[in-house]
Amino acid sequence: MKTLTIISGKGGTGKTSIVGSFASLAKNAVFADCDVDAADLSLITDARIKTVQEFKASQKARIDVAKCIQCGDCEDACRFNAIQNCKVDHFLCEGCRVCSLVCPQGAISMEDVCSGQLFVSDTPYGPLVHARLEPGEENSGKLVTLVRQTAEQIARDQGFEYIIVDGPPGIGCPVIASLTGATASLIVTEPTLSAISDLKRVLSVCNHFKVPAFVCVNRCDLYQENVRRITEFCQQEGVEILGMIPYDLNVVRALVRGKPVVCYTESAASQQITKLWGRLAERVTLL
Amino acid sequence: MIVSVASGKGGTGKTTIAVNLALALQRENNVKFFDCDVEAPNAYLFLKPQITHSEPVTTGCPTIDGTRCTFCGKCAEVCAFHALVVLKERVLLYPELCHDCGGCKLFCPQNAIGKKERKIGIIETGFAGNIAFFQGRLTPGEPFSTPVIRALKRMVSNDAIVILDAPPGTSCPVVTTLEGSDFCLLVTEPTPYGLHDLSLAVELVQKLEIRAGVVVNRADIGDDKVDAYCAKKGLPVLMRLPYDKELAIKYAQGVSAVGVLPEYQQKFFQLYQDINELAR
Repeated sequence: MKTLTIISGKGGTGKTSIVGSFASLAKNAVFADCDVDAADLSLITDARIKTVQEFKASQKARIDVAKCIQCGDCEDACRFNAIQNCKVDHFLCEGCRVCSLVCPQGAISMEDVCSGQLFVSDTPYGPLVHARLEPGEENSGKLVTLVRQTAEQIARDQGFEYIIVDGPPGIGCPVIASLTGATASLIVTEPTLSAISDLKRVLSVCNHFKVPAFVCVNRCDLYQENVRRITEFCQQEGVEILGMIPYDLNVVRALVRGKPVVCYTESAASQQITKLWGRLAERVTLL
Repeated sequence: MIVSVASGKGGTGKTTIAVNLALALQRENNVKFFDCDVEAPNAYLFLKPQITHSEPVTTGCPTIDGTRCTFCGKCAEVCAFHALVVLKERVLLYPELCHDCGGCKLFCPQNAIGKKERKIGIIETGFAGNIAFFQGRLTPGEPFSTPVIRALKRMVSNDAIVILDAPPGTSCPVVTTLEGSDFCLLVTEPTPYGLHDLSLAVELVQKLEIRAGVVVNRADIGDDKVDAYCAKKGLPVLMRLPYDKELAIKYAQGVSAVGVLPEYQQKFFQLYQDINELAR
């Protein structure tokens, strides 16, 4: 079983559209949408939800006003300034429960918070595991880990060869949770200075966690000078560039119809993504 | 006035909007720009600030005094984040899981727990023309970006127009960025992705009780469902920017619209007037 994680550092470089296309190209894969606070893979894969599971991983403090004597001990002990005038700020509370332990009246209890939902869906391309993190909730990577574990379970039970993970932007906890233990990662970049700057940061995360990385350049015809910069950087780092995908309005057309772009077989992007998948699958088999 | 720029979906043009807004306003106003996307900070590429000051951001984590510890296990019991594991004659610490809540230190019966600081990123400050520039950078490999954003936001003061460039998504780093804003600009694109993630971002600003308006970027691609959604929700669409290949190439090079097309100066100035009206 091989896990392939698609990341980018910078958002909006085309991760989800590429993963959606991989879905239609890979014949033996389970898909995991690990961008849990902006989960879009289900929008282009005709997903039909089969099971829904509540996600409770965090706790928040609640003060029982009947028992509270307003001594202020909880306020003093809270490192997150989440308690003011005996009221808990839901957004600031990190669930450390120190307040409940210091309260002399036993007036503070910790309550489970439903911070999202986990979905297992059927798509014409294979099973899809995805999630919805409630807006404003903490994304410590726990929901991401649950998405990955569920996908792994399905892959084991049903004998799938690949798990393809659509990762989140950035380099923080949800990215680390999407990446650790993966067989390989594909970094989707584009020839803009922003994307290159973030490519460098996210590659150092891959190196830190010892996950082999490959690169593909999306919208490669935008600005040649930056394609050269990416090529040079990848050479220096010993990272292989597996694909160059041109800017193609068919990507948006397909998206509006809720389809991956590879369903337009004649389109330039579609042809390059097909080649990219071929090369990537070849490399990953050897790892 | 504190204006935050957020989006839900990544790559819709948050930084483009935030930077152009700052550039358009700097001639006649004091502007402070904060790049709060500390995982992938990019505004510096466009504003090209001179960084004059840099300081580390640290977070605390416990130290165990081996001569006092009796391996009673109280610290591990108290830690809600499983950052401490107590074995027979050893205490294992996973610093990257520690939230620095101080619980272990508070409850250790032997007073065996101290605190050390661990660097997880940096804050850099400087000037880009008249714009006071502030950015945070999370060290690659570190998971928690919110302490860096918090450290950065301690430098926010209300004596200027403050522009906060938020990270993508709708989870804790975005909440930390948006808190205290007078107005939030939500940048989206007219595609199913843009609409889906905009609707999550709208849920978030409503929870946080922050007034918001929408900027539709690449307004001529995709479909018209974002407009229909905004109309239904009563969300003002404050600006529409068409896809412009020339500007995209300039963007690729780190050049902003306001810098090359004078009409954008007026457009973004007007955007701020609209924000000012709505934030009142």
